[in-house]
Amino acid sequence: MAAASAAVRMLPDGGADDEERWLAEGIAGVQQNAFYMHRALDSNNLLKDALKYSAQMLSELRTSSRLSPHKYYELYMRAFDEMRKLEMFFREETRRGSCSVVDLYELVQHAGNVLPRLYLLCTVGSVYIKSKEAPAKDVLKDLVEMCRGIQHPLRGLFLRSYLSQISRDKLPDIGSEYEGDADSINDAVEFVLQNFIEMNKLWVRMQHQGPVREKEKRSKERNELRDLVGKNLHVLSQIEGVDLDMYKETVLPRILEQVLPEFLQVEAFAKFSNAIGKVIEAQPDMPVVGAVTLYVSLLTFTLRVHPDRLDYVDQVLGACVKKLSGKAKLEDSRATKQIVALLSAPLEKYSNIVTALELSNYPRVMDYLDNATTKVMAVIESLFDLIKGLIKDMDGAQDDELDEEDFKEEQNSVARLIHMLHNDDHEEMLKILCTVQKHILQGGPKRLTFTVPSLVFSALKLVRRLQGQDGDVTGEDVPATPKKIFQILHQTIEALSCVPSPELALRLYLQCAEAANDCDLEPVAYEFFTQAFILYEEEIAYSAKLLKKPDQCRAVYACSHLFWTDDQDGIMDGERYLYFFEKGIPQITNTVIQDLIELIRTEKQSDNTAADPLTEAFFASTLRYIEFQKQKGGSIGEKYEQIKTT
Amino acid sequence: MNYIIGAFKPPCDIFITFSDERTRKQVPIKKDNGKTAMVPAFQSLETIAGEVSIAPVPGKRLEHTGVKIELLGQIELYFDRGNFYDFTSLVRELEIPGEIYERKTYPFEFSTVEMPYETYNGTNVRLRYILKVTIGRNYVGNITESRDFCVRNYSPVPTINNSIKMEVGIEDCLHIEFEYSKSKYHLKDVIVGKIYFLLVRIKIKNMELEIRRRESTGSGTNTYVETETLAKFELMDGAPVRGESIPVRLFLTPYELTPTYRNINNKFSVKYYLNLVLVDEEDRRYFKQQEITMYRLLETSESS
Repeated sequence: MAAASAAVRMLPDGGADDEERWLAEGIAGVQQNAFYMHRALDSNNLLKDALKYSAQMLSELRTSSRLSPHKYYELYMRAFDEMRKLEMFFREETRRGSCSVVDLYELVQHAGNVLPRLYLLCTVGSVYIKSKEAPAKDVLKDLVEMCRGIQHPLRGLFLRSYLSQISRDKLPDIGSEYEGDADSINDAVEFVLQNFIEMNKLWVRMQHQGPVREKEKRSKERNELRDLVGKNLHVLSQIEGVDLDMYKETVLPRILEQVLPEFLQVEAFAKFSNAIGKVIEAQPDMPVVGAVTLYVSLLTFTLRVHPDRLDYVDQVLGACVKKLSGKAKLEDSRATKQIVALLSAPLEKYSNIVTALELSNYPRVMDYLDNATTKVMAVIESLFDLIKGLIKDMDGAQDDELDEEDFKEEQNSVARLIHMLHNDDHEEMLKILCTVQKHILQGGPKRLTFTVPSLVFSALKLVRRLQGQDGDVTGEDVPATPKKIFQILHQTIEALSCVPSPELALRLYLQCAEAANDCDLEPVAYEFFTQAFILYEEEIAYSAKLLKKPDQCRAVYACSHLFWTDDQDGIMDGERYLYFFEKGIPQITNTVIQDLIELIRTEKQSDNTAADPLTEAFFASTLRYIEFQKQKGGSIGEKYEQIKTT
Repeated sequence: MNYIIGAFKPPCDIFITFSDERTRKQVPIKKDNGKTAMVPAFQSLETIAGEVSIAPVPGKRLEHTGVKIELLGQIELYFDRGNFYDFTSLVRELEIPGEIYERKTYPFEFSTVEMPYETYNGTNVRLRYILKVTIGRNYVGNITESRDFCVRNYSPVPTINNSIKMEVGIEDCLHIEFEYSKSKYHLKDVIVGKIYFLLVRIKIKNMELEIRRRESTGSGTNTYVETETLAKFELMDGAPVRGESIPVRLFLTPYELTPTYRNINNKFSVKYYLNLVLVDEEDRRYFKQQEITMYRLLETSESS
């Protein structure tokens, strides 16, 4: 044991030693090539040599995989110092006119290896911008694009950090000597943002590349590099020309988009939340749309960074509700759009409405929208539009690929959503129901069984509410009458016939009938009962034919019970007929029993029925029972007298 | 050897000069001995004129059966070295049989010469143009002297120049889409394009773009194919993820390219290809080769 643990301890030490050696080799390489580079620089007219040796020097930065970020940084700094000297040389050369900066910009791109090439390009790019022979924005755009050639996270981060370093005093900022056309500030911001985004991508990637066992080590290394990425934000904050609007519309959303869980750490949410609260407070004149936009940004951030913190999401929604509560109706279509964005963000993120519905403030935001009456439908429309993937078959979607369980869960979610839709105003509620109905009826047979019941019960709830406020119902102009709702219900349940799900439809008809009865709408109740019976006759009774023959017999027994419910005592299935017969119910005549016996017998003898010993025994015992009753005589015996058992 | 050559030293010196020698553009070509020499450059349908001067060794009389100058366009295949195939041959008589006592100069002119093929020095084949002066003699061998010149032909900017765009990949492993803005490039052009990664399931180490020259000589069973990689240009370092798009910008100036030659006099062809190579961490190479057409665009400002 002792030996093993010693060996384990030895390893990292050995690794560190190696790393020191590699670093030393790298530094030696940089120094040697830098020496030749200087010699070429000193002797003038040896531009080609200078480029050759500087490229070789920079090649030392290619062999980084063995170095930790810390050591790589050391190596990078060595090369960086040399590159400053090279930059000065380039500047001198172009100023003297011995080589044009445009030619130089091409010349460095002849280097065969991508990393040295891009370091040289950035260096000449810096001289190029300073020369003002081309607009700063064009050169910067080219540089930030070309740097995509480095996909290795560590090397890419350092290269882009170099780019950021050499360009920070050359941005086409407002008031800067490099300011360009009217859109200059956008170009400056765009450049910094893009470099930041690319760096962040590389930085995040570090975590996912490489063997799993080194994950912890990589986490540590990434932390060392965090500042490198963050520096861009500092540069961004230094840009003079960014005003609140730009910050709000462009900068903040783009940054938040990038910011991933580990970055900016835990308190970020609280900080942002506070900051946004303050901004909004400080600007009472800020249009609603502005405030809501900020909340949308914050929400997007929260959903990305803390997808598990539903309470945060809820807080954002809550803050938004609070802010909106004091306001008049939303007449600004942009604001409405933003609210819809606010509501749809959680739906998109969780792609699961159940989660969204756990947010207590979610319906409140929706409720709030109800104030803007004209928008309600639009909101619900867009809500359904968002989840249309759930409520109808998308084109080309293959049903067989759907996981049955997932599908059920999804549909249950939709059902729950339907229940959530609520409005105190009956007319509005009716409109909502109509919209929902329109959408779910497009859902196709598989979904209807989930969605229709929720709609029906939601509608019935409204009926009961209408019923509660007696007087109002009579007014003729009121469109939201129970009668009207029952019409909708009728249509909706009818749709179930295509599923087919007759039993569900039957139950729903009966529910409606009951409700209609309570509303004293006798004709309506009658209609529902009629529908229920028709359904029963045509669909349910018919469905019995699909069953196996022996089961059919049992089903017929069972059906009898539907007509004569009697709770008095529990009689076994098969004995029911006889039970009813004995009780003297007029419809059960000895002919019926006789027919039944004949039917069972015929079925038994038909070829395709496998002999089931249980059925056989049961039938035999039934027949014995009849015989027994005959022999016993008395009033019951008389009844059985005419039935032939053989 | 020198001693022997000295003993049979030709009885005269022959100089061939071009009339616009001083102003004409000079280009380097590789000589037989492997050295590069600067020679004047012409293009097809130009007039080639100049002077031949013959200077006998002082005190010696040069008897001859006539003096002529030839303009020869020749193809030499290296599997058949020393055997020149003349695809162009023009002759001008400079002198009728007689004797030359002292230095004598003869002007010559080949007007609007058709020289459809370019001078080319390849791996297995060479195409050259020479001016060859022959002093015919009885009994002893003829005296000859020749001078190389170079032919370069220019093409206009092509009217149709489509981009090269293609999606390639290995199923469920690697899918990329690449695009080069053009399919025809002039010798000092820039290849601009991008490589878009649609699916990456292998650990890529780097990606490079190669320019390859494929020279095929001879015909039938005697076909020799030689492929040379003239440029290796690294485009990407590290492993990309899905959705990344990597820019391509490759300047052609640093490389010694020629135009594409298709079936030159049924003797040889030279074609160029862009080869995109992806290398994974196990050093496996995945590549896709695309032919590009090279042409020589007339340079507006003649620089070094």
